[in-house]
Amino acid sequence: MMRMRLASARKLIVPLALLMGIHLAVLMAGFVAPYNPDMQDRAAPNCPPTRVHWVSADGRLSWHPFIYGLSENVVTENGFAQPTKEAEPCTENPRTAYPIQFLRRGVPYTILGVLTPDRHLLGVATPAHLHLMGTDNYGRDVFSRLLYGGQISLFAGLLATALSLTMGVLLGTLAGFYGGWGDAVIMRGAELFLALPWLYLLLALRAFLPLHTGPRQTFLLLIAVIGFLGWARPARLIRGVVLSAKERSHILAARSFGASDLHLLRVHLLPETRSVVLTQAALLIPQYVLAEVTLSFLGLGLSEPVPSWGTMLATLQQYHVLVSDWWMFFPGIVLVVVFFSYGGLSDALQGERAKAGVGWEDYR
Amino acid sequence: MRYLAVRFLQGVLLLFGVSLLSFAFLELAPGDFFEEMRLNPQISPSTVARLRAAYGMDRPLPVRYGRWLVSAMRGDFGFSFAYGSPVAPLLLVRARNTLLLTGTATLLAWVVALPWGVFCAARPGGWLDRGSSLMTSTLLAIPELLLGLCFLAIGVRTGWFPAGGMLSASFEDFSRWQQITDLLWHMVLPVVVLILGTLPVLLRHVRAALLEVLDAPFIRAALGHGISRRRILFRHALPAAINPLVSLFGFSLAALLSGSLLTEVIMSWPGLGPLLLEAVLARDIYVVVGAVTFSTFFLVAGMALGDLLLFASDPRIRSEALV
Repeated sequence: MMRMRLASARKLIVPLALLMGIHLAVLMAGFVAPYNPDMQDRAAPNCPPTRVHWVSADGRLSWHPFIYGLSENVVTENGFAQPTKEAEPCTENPRTAYPIQFLRRGVPYTILGVLTPDRHLLGVATPAHLHLMGTDNYGRDVFSRLLYGGQISLFAGLLATALSLTMGVLLGTLAGFYGGWGDAVIMRGAELFLALPWLYLLLALRAFLPLHTGPRQTFLLLIAVIGFLGWARPARLIRGVVLSAKERSHILAARSFGASDLHLLRVHLLPETRSVVLTQAALLIPQYVLAEVTLSFLGLGLSEPVPSWGTMLATLQQYHVLVSDWWMFFPGIVLVVVFFSYGGLSDALQGERAKAGVGWEDYR
Repeated sequence: MRYLAVRFLQGVLLLFGVSLLSFAFLELAPGDFFEEMRLNPQISPSTVARLRAAYGMDRPLPVRYGRWLVSAMRGDFGFSFAYGSPVAPLLLVRARNTLLLTGTATLLAWVVALPWGVFCAARPGGWLDRGSSLMTSTLLAIPELLLGLCFLAIGVRTGWFPAGGMLSASFEDFSRWQQITDLLWHMVLPVVVLILGTLPVLLRHVRAALLEVLDAPFIRAALGHGISRRRILFRHALPAAINPLVSLFGFSLAALLSGSLLTEVIMSWPGLGPLLLEAVLARDIYVVVGAVTFSTFFLVAGMALGDLLLFASDPRIRSEALV
């Protein structure tokens, strides 16, 4: 691990930088996002991304990027925008220019649970709205929802992976270290879990758990379900590592000096599993992020109005959104970037080590 | 024979395990299909209780599992609350639709992947190989969910393809020929999505298997004898590299019923996937258990079939198993 070859270390840089950027932006969602994820701009539902201009109406280059306000819309009694006769919805009004301001004061948000600053990275003066990725059905800012949604989708993936790996390490080490009937039971169980169609199992397990719960419970439930289903593969791999490591001479020597099982596991065996755990994490995290997105997309995970990449993509199931609102694909694009980065990461971690044989696992 | 018997027994045990597991979770779950009814003021609690009793939902878990087993033996696989009919006929119709889709996609994917992978391996590092590896890693990074949505959006926007579904509304009025083209027309998008989902995996494995074989001395000997490249690739190298590919083929058979759930839901293809999803949302538990057991059965059968094929194709395994 330490003396990773330069080539593969260099390969790590791009995916790591991308991942860190995305995670940082998501963590700082309150600061980076111009608006609250639930704020509805009722004058502008289903609007494409706001165009950022550099050239002013009279043809002069402006040093300060600016946007135009939208043409007057009439908000009807039911609260939704109706265009006035002369204006289509979402058209710019070139008479009203609003410069984009950095570190503008806006809605207060919380960071780390205690601080409540109100400066946002970007913003414009109030009658206009800066929708960098357009708005959804309710006129909510897609960019802001994407960032807040990432907090749920990405961390669901991370936490579920942590759960899976903890279970995998625990069961795998026990099975590999002690052997015997415990080993047999655990490994048969792992085979059972590996043999089943994963998505079907996920749906089935979800079917038997309460559907209508608060968002916080649902989030925890999702993590539990996703993480619980994935223990088998890491457990098998870690069992293999422990099995081969426990016969090595330094461990036999430590044992003959009277080292306790716990000491052997902690000091000698667990460090051996580190590289397997790392590569497994790089493989599992994107898969579990996708699992949350899929479940929420299918209506079995989190649901509106909670922002998650899955609930955002779920709006694409509506015909008119799918056909005309291309900007609703933005969460998907970010998802692909996350996938690509984790893919590069796991490739670099695995190095040139050729995969031996064909497994059901890599067939998905 | 013994091998077959062991395999069969394992499969049956797995099926038992899956159905038992599903039932166990069922017991843990709060609420059921009739829970929704209870909220309806127009249905009296006694009616709900009577319905529950009629469907045997008031019995303890072992009894219900036993009853379900008996019903599965009879070929019913329980009773759907939402459809008011035995589960098996429902599943069969949906499974037929799914198999139509996945069968076509799997066949096409293999037909494309085999020669493609072979040609990639023939010149590792060549333009075809580099182009394909770029394509496969890109495709692997795009989840099937997104692929499906993108293709559906493109198909609908251009108007070239129908917006999901399996048959047009006026299907009954069509002539035979029109019916077939209509069905094929509806199949194009989901099949393309499914192919793009499996192709990268297949390509990578075909290429890797071939590369390993092409290093072998007998290939160099064949080259030395002046046998044409094409003949070496397809008549000498491919058969020698077939073992991992046969296992992989077993896996793709195993995934026939369960691999297309998302695509089916996105493209509203009336397959097993949407049925399972609806059943999950409606808490129509016997349909869920039935669908999961059914797809597991397919999984077991597909993997066993893959093993059998391996058995048939490789004499070494045959002799090992006989000893």
